[in-house]
Amino acid sequence: MKYIYDLHKTMLNQNLILVYEGEFTQEITKSVLAMAERNMDSFGEEGAVKRKVFNIMVECLQNITKHAVSYDSDSYGKNSAIFMIGKQKDEYVITSGNSILSEDVESMIKRLENINSLNKDQLKELYKEIIKRPGEGPAGLSPKGGAGLGFVDMARKSGNKLGFSFEKINDKLSFFSLKTTISRQIVKE
Amino acid sequence: MLEAIYLDGTEDTPKIVLDKGNNLFEISGRSLPEDAAEFYQPILDWLDKYQGQENSKTNFMFKLEYFNTASSKLILDILSKLEEIEGASVTWFYHEDDEDMEEAGEEFSELVDIPFDFKTY
Repeated sequence: MKYIYDLHKTMLNQNLILVYEGEFTQEITKSVLAMAERNMDSFGEEGAVKRKVFNIMVECLQNITKHAVSYDSDSYGKNSAIFMIGKQKDEYVITSGNSILSEDVESMIKRLENINSLNKDQLKELYKEIIKRPGEGPAGLSPKGGAGLGFVDMARKSGNKLGFSFEKINDKLSFFSLKTTISRQIVKE
Repeated sequence: MLEAIYLDGTEDTPKIVLDKGNNLFEISGRSLPEDAAEFYQPILDWLDKYQGQENSKTNFMFKLEYFNTASSKLILDILSKLEEIEGASVTWFYHEDDEDMEEAGEEFSELVDIPFDFKTY
């Protein structure tokens, strides 16, 4: 049972304040958000920082709920994925990992690299361009009910580049890891 | 008579008030529904019916604490409907240290042709 101690040490070393692994639904999203909020309240995190963390968590969690592809659903359930929040002295680190179709990897790399290449004003323009563009699903959203704005919003709210990587699971699926960093020192303009 | 809509806010959906009789129009709280299109459809339908029988002034109050990106698209849809309504204006509330919400309001005001008033709380 040494893995329990190892896992515990890993969490401490990485300063992880919350780790969730399993199925992702709206109900679970709400629970994870409530836990993270309580945690931040417990040490009196500043309102502005809290709101940014909350916002980015929402986008990250709902991305998984909407886009994660299940693999081996017998043993892992639907939308099995991982979500973590780390709290360092100067920043929060929000990370997630979920499986996606390998055929989507290339277009996602393109989108994420494009977002990372843009400055604050360019991100704002991209946001406005996407929000006006009608999608193919209900109410102009995508068929999966998203606005196509999640990554752009995460980059804007965090003010940092998005970290990402893809690992091959099998021929069809890849594991997508995403990392967003939020400074605990909000710079007032 | 157009029936008023009063919806209490929940942890993931906002409070909604659409009341022609009392001239009250409000969306406030948190908007992160799983299915934003489904949640906002009755509001868009109501505004469609309201158009053509609108009050002389329609001041729509947005006082949101959080909204997800799917909701932002629907908020733009609501604003686009308001654009078609004679005498419509928006009051956009944001918490005094919430620059992101202030900026979000400014962006919406740039996307539609309606008078926006900004207030802090």
